[in-house]
Amino acid sequence: MFKKVVSLALIAVLSMGVLTACGNDGANDTVFKIGGIGPLTGGAAIYGIAVQNGAQIAVDEINAAGGIGGVLIEFNMQDDEHDAEKAVNAYNSLKDWGMKILMGTVTSRPCIAVGVHSKTDNLFQITPSASSADVVKDNDNIFQVCFNDPNQGIGSAQYIGQVGVTGNDGNLVSNVAVIYDSSDVYSSGIYERFVTEAANQPFSVVATEAFTEDSNTDFSVQLQKAKDADAQLIFLPIYYTEASLILAQAAAIDYFPVFFGCDGLDGILTVENFNTDLAEGVILLTPFVASSPDAKTQAFVSEYQRLHDEVPNQFAAGAYDSIYVIKAALEQSNAVPGMSVSDLGDALKLAVTQITYSGLTGENMTWLPSGEVNKAPKAMVIVNGIYVEL
Amino acid sequence: MEKIPKIWRENLITYGMVIIAYAVMQILISFGLVSRLVQGLLVPLCIYVILAVSLNLTVGILGELSLGHAGFMCLGAFAGAFFSKVTVDAITFSPVRFFLAILIGAAVAGLFGFLIGMPVLRFRGDYLAIVTLAFGEIIKNVINALFVGLDSNGVHFSLSDRAALGLLDDGDVIINGAQGIIGTPQDSNFTVGVLLVLLTLFIVMNLIRSRDGRAIMSIRDNLIASESIGIHVTKYKLMAFSISAALAGVAGVLYSHNLNSVAASPRAFGYNMSIMILVFVVLGGIGNIRGSMIAAIVLTLLPEMLRGLDRYRMLIYAIVLIVMMLFNWSPKILEWRERHSLRELAGRLRGRSKV
Repeated sequence: MFKKVVSLALIAVLSMGVLTACGNDGANDTVFKIGGIGPLTGGAAIYGIAVQNGAQIAVDEINAAGGIGGVLIEFNMQDDEHDAEKAVNAYNSLKDWGMKILMGTVTSRPCIAVGVHSKTDNLFQITPSASSADVVKDNDNIFQVCFNDPNQGIGSAQYIGQVGVTGNDGNLVSNVAVIYDSSDVYSSGIYERFVTEAANQPFSVVATEAFTEDSNTDFSVQLQKAKDADAQLIFLPIYYTEASLILAQAAAIDYFPVFFGCDGLDGILTVENFNTDLAEGVILLTPFVASSPDAKTQAFVSEYQRLHDEVPNQFAAGAYDSIYVIKAALEQSNAVPGMSVSDLGDALKLAVTQITYSGLTGENMTWLPSGEVNKAPKAMVIVNGIYVEL
Repeated sequence: MEKIPKIWRENLITYGMVIIAYAVMQILISFGLVSRLVQGLLVPLCIYVILAVSLNLTVGILGELSLGHAGFMCLGAFAGAFFSKVTVDAITFSPVRFFLAILIGAAVAGLFGFLIGMPVLRFRGDYLAIVTLAFGEIIKNVINALFVGLDSNGVHFSLSDRAALGLLDDGDVIINGAQGIIGTPQDSNFTVGVLLVLLTLFIVMNLIRSRDGRAIMSIRDNLIASESIGIHVTKYKLMAFSISAALAGVAGVLYSHNLNSVAASPRAFGYNMSIMILVFVVLGGIGNIRGSMIAAIVLTLLPEMLRGLDRYRMLIYAIVLIVMMLFNWSPKILEWRERHSLRELAGRLRGRSKV
């Protein structure tokens, strides 16, 4: 009987939660309510927390400077545990809160799931880092601040083919190997387009080796195959944790090709217990460089370090830019907080294609109505432990 | 009420709870009293209730520990989503398409439950748990490596990458490896979910009360004794296991048609998910169908209701889970509850009034 009373009490408490969350529609006419969604717990939490921190810095800066046309921003970041279903829950929870604009989601798969709902609501959504091409496909309300995966793959192949990379033997690279994570959307997305584009370029792909998230610690087989195929360059469209292992294991078998990666490699110099000498000469196409002398970047990096005691990565920088892009679009469209979600969505969708924004992750960025960003990729090489622009 | 047999009455209470919950929610929604978060959670709640009830068939009724339930859900999700994606233009009437998708999802998951059950059900207890865990992971990993495309020449398969499919220009990738299936029609809704919950309850509760169900429970209670009276142990084990798998497949179809994409990610279909479903069953009471329903609902709502706690959310959730487990199953607390129950209190009051 006691159990029944407790379960009834529990049901009552839960139904209170069911019923209370819908009375705050009128209160958001005085601020812009911007929601954020990303993994704050679980395996992908480092990306979500970086985005949360980066965005919060931008929000605080804007509010301290008097807001957008005198209107302050309220920012609320919700956890999606890097799961599509939880991301939709987070989205609905933010809608209950009164969100008018969404900065997120951080990762691609949840972003695709949330996109269906934000499209129905015609809610303006800008993602700092969900780079899959499927994120913006068929969704005219979603915009990306990051390069999408296919463009990174094509960009990398064109860079190696057109600009040319000098191998460690002094000759121009002609044999390329690829090691990628077949269980990861980001990695396989870049890999597919890289290989397709490589067919049009004056180098040949001599080995393509895959691993999965269940086998991401031992790369000796893949490296040996690349070595046997005489690859002078290894293309690594992967994240930096695995890349640091690959670099160490290649050195262990006396194999020193040029390593070439995308924005996922950013952060490789911060891996614990990693001999950063091995990263010398690594080339990466990345939009954000924490050591850049640029004043805006330096201000952001020092503020981030002051608050969180670590060097921000490209996720944090992308989120910072996303908030400022929202600000620029709001100013362009003369939007006011009292507008409905859909009206604001229409206004911002148009405005974002009219602005040109220069920030931490790119100069003179513009957006296509399809949602893709238009910016020049930056190729960096690591020399003496810092990124140098090529 | 007296004329209705007790078993029927118990079953009617269970159906009644679902129907009343459905009616109350619909009324609240029509008055605009339900937040969007909760409206979005209604279909997932149905999914987890179906999963918990179906796993209870294996764990509570058959008495075997299975840690691969999410694997069967995954199979159902992909089979159903595959069918819907291929036929989305051919069958434009979505209820029919969704009905067929559910049948296909259930059939595929049930078939694999049968195939996997044949070798696996020779094990018992811990061994069975480990083998089902492994099978669940195999299902997830194979789907992660699978590329399937469709063009005018027919269906193409590959286990390496998208380019190896060799699709023509008119072709479309259906299953894109680890990226899964993107663009399934969103056919799931609360009404269908509740109907499927009722169907699951109907199947499971009728099975328990049937001759076959009594045979299954006799295997749980004493394997040797039931063998000695001529019960075909393998047949009944397989029956319970594959029905349980097929129902998990139904939940999977509901899952993949609730979101517009499905991927065999560890978060959605890994062993963590299997263990989560097992937690529903254990918390609700092994063999207690109504209990697993309530546990599934409470444990799915809880982390969402705790969103206000920000980063401490999952920590608090874990602590609440421990407290609930202790409260429900710790012998000392059961004893304490017995002493402080309302019935006891009522009895004491009655005793006092007599004096």
